[in-house]
Amino acid sequence: MDILNALVVLANFVLIPAIAYGAQLALGALGVTLIYGILRFSNFAHGDTMAFGAMVTILVTWALQGWGVSLGPLPTALLALPFGILGCMALVLLTDRLVYRFYRAQRVKPVILVIVSMGVMFVYNGVVRFVIGADDQRFADGERFIISVRDFKALTGLEEGLGIRTTQGLTVVTAVITVALLFWFLNRTRTGKSMRAYSDNEDLALLSGINPERVVMITWLLVATLATIAGTLYGLDKTFKPFTYFQLLLPVFASAIVGGLGSPVGAIAGGFVIAFSEVGITYAWKKVAEYLLPEAWEPDSLLQLLGTDYKFAVSFVILVIVLLIRPTGLFKGKSV
Amino acid sequence: MSQSVKTFGLFGLVALLILGTGFVQSWNSALLILNMGLVSALMALGVNLQWGFAGLFNVGVMGFVALGGLATVVIAMPPVRAAWAAGASGVLAALAVGALTLALAVWVTRRMARGWPRALVSLSVLVAGFVIYRALFDPAVAEIERIDPALTGYLGGLGLPVVLAWPVGGLLAAGAAWVIGKTALGLRSDYLAIATLGIAEIIIAVLKNEDWLARGVKNVIGLPRPVPYEIDLQNDPAFVERATGLGIDVTTASTLYVKLGYGLMFAVVLIGVLVLAQLALSSPWGRMMRAIRDNEVAARAMGKDVTARHLQVFVLGSAICGVAGAMMTTLDGQLTPASYQPLRYTFLIWVMVIVGGSGNNFGAVLGGFLIWFLWVQVEPIGAAVIDLVTSGMADGSWLKAHLQGSVQHMRLLTMGVILLLVLRFAPRGLLPER
Repeated sequence: MDILNALVVLANFVLIPAIAYGAQLALGALGVTLIYGILRFSNFAHGDTMAFGAMVTILVTWALQGWGVSLGPLPTALLALPFGILGCMALVLLTDRLVYRFYRAQRVKPVILVIVSMGVMFVYNGVVRFVIGADDQRFADGERFIISVRDFKALTGLEEGLGIRTTQGLTVVTAVITVALLFWFLNRTRTGKSMRAYSDNEDLALLSGINPERVVMITWLLVATLATIAGTLYGLDKTFKPFTYFQLLLPVFASAIVGGLGSPVGAIAGGFVIAFSEVGITYAWKKVAEYLLPEAWEPDSLLQLLGTDYKFAVSFVILVIVLLIRPTGLFKGKSV
Repeated sequence: MSQSVKTFGLFGLVALLILGTGFVQSWNSALLILNMGLVSALMALGVNLQWGFAGLFNVGVMGFVALGGLATVVIAMPPVRAAWAAGASGVLAALAVGALTLALAVWVTRRMARGWPRALVSLSVLVAGFVIYRALFDPAVAEIERIDPALTGYLGGLGLPVVLAWPVGGLLAAGAAWVIGKTALGLRSDYLAIATLGIAEIIIAVLKNEDWLARGVKNVIGLPRPVPYEIDLQNDPAFVERATGLGIDVTTASTLYVKLGYGLMFAVVLIGVLVLAQLALSSPWGRMMRAIRDNEVAARAMGKDVTARHLQVFVLGSAICGVAGAMMTTLDGQLTPASYQPLRYTFLIWVMVIVGGSGNNFGAVLGGFLIWFLWVQVEPIGAAVIDLVTSGMADGSWLKAHLQGSVQHMRLLTMGVILLLVLRFAPRGLLPER
């Protein structure tokens, strides 16, 4: 038995990656949930909105790198992030003006808006691929590790090492700040309160003189901000590829639904539930078991429940279980 | 303009477009567009059955299409005897254990009262079943995949005629649809969308990773064909004589002959399904489906079993997509799981249905042909446009190279714009529901 080493292995391969991934999913799911709460439809274009925001950030990052601007140990992308957010805001506001507003005025059924968002998804997808191509793009720079496996071993003298990448630390810090600001905005400011009022009861909100177009605009601005941050963090941590962002749609939606559509707290909880199950179920537990179990019991198999290619299956199964047992999600969301 | 005149006119336009391709480009590309157009039209009919008749939002078309593709491999490829001897019993036993486990878990949840004991018992049934399943499954799969991995490394199929795979593909898709429908129908429409999106990704993941089943990303090539091979035709003196008699080059004649053969077979299937769908639409059953779609509560009050009808139409529509998928894989002659992309196999089909006119079978078929034609032809047209735009730029400039390299992405953009325009200005499609 060697609990300490087992813990380090667990942290290195499961806890830290899952926390970072969970934070990225939570930011994505917050965007989905906000749109659902205010505009009342499931936005299929959200993955590609994330891709667009990340793309603008990458382009600005490259320009900054070209001029020799850098943040030292931190990735230059942080400096470019505000520009990415602005670009994404311009895009979604333009989309809302050209596309969604027409249907909002007609008060169409939500499912029509879902189909419309499918069209928007095609367009965003095409634009992103047209501008930056369909291939992998790397834009991370600066210090790679906060603490590397080798340093950790030298520091503690343990057999196993614990590596924390800068991007993982950055993801968590940025996500915490973003979520804190978002909740402050929603709960403390007048605009945020009017948004929640609009989400809870549209008619009553209109009666109290809340301007719906303004609420919708603020929502889109928030969504663009969240999507760009989520997209950029995911791209920094893993890699930027337009198709991957499209595929993120499933875990992001799963997070939002598991947490309860329309509930911001739920979106965050859902993001971590999905991330931890994905990483936990596709991780080969052999090494942890070796440290924890007596030698005679050591397993010869990898103790991997599912191959990593089945990670979509994990978010899907959790989604189905939640839908069957508790259709409104962990935190009572809307059920229209 | 009356609807039937409009229908004839629009179908005539599609025919002209395809004939035009034949005259301008080549008859081979025209027939290729026609064949895939037939398959696309069939898929669109399936989606139209679900969305147009019943208002069910299925975005997992890709999964059902891929299951149809799997059927062709399972039915038509010759069996790998050594692999069957080595591991078939193990795999089948493992799958049986898996099915039993699920059945037992469902039975337990049905029989026991709600509460912690029930959750504990069903969870332990699932865990125990999973452990036994993996213990049987893993060694058997390793045995199968060890046999000549460069060429086979899978179980192979049943060695039956490939046309038999079409109905079987439909059955496979129907089975999957039944399972999804049982769980996700009756919930909100968006949830069905997410559920189908997920199941499609899972089916593709299974196809990519379960090498014992259909070789995964190593692909199965050389599927048997229902039509003769070009090379046999070229060596057949009677065919050569007829070709020269018609004044066509023998090689071209053989490729055209093969494609026409496929086209005829597909057309028979499409017309059959179209007639059935048309009869269904005007039957009392079709009226009931539309009544449910338009007002679920009222239909329920009239004593209609809404959930059962939804399940029925969902299974039927998915089965049609499965048949179309099997036909497509037969046409390709190979199963390449990596080529299944949701934008192409799910959302493009949706564009076809919406543009054609949801709720109208002829509309779905028209949309299938028209959008497929555009999907194929947007690339050369886009290239021409880009050439025109960039003609003024200096050779070797960065922007020119970038624009010319991005032509292939014009497709997605165009499809999105078409979908948005149709939704905005003709929300009921080119051929609206009557």
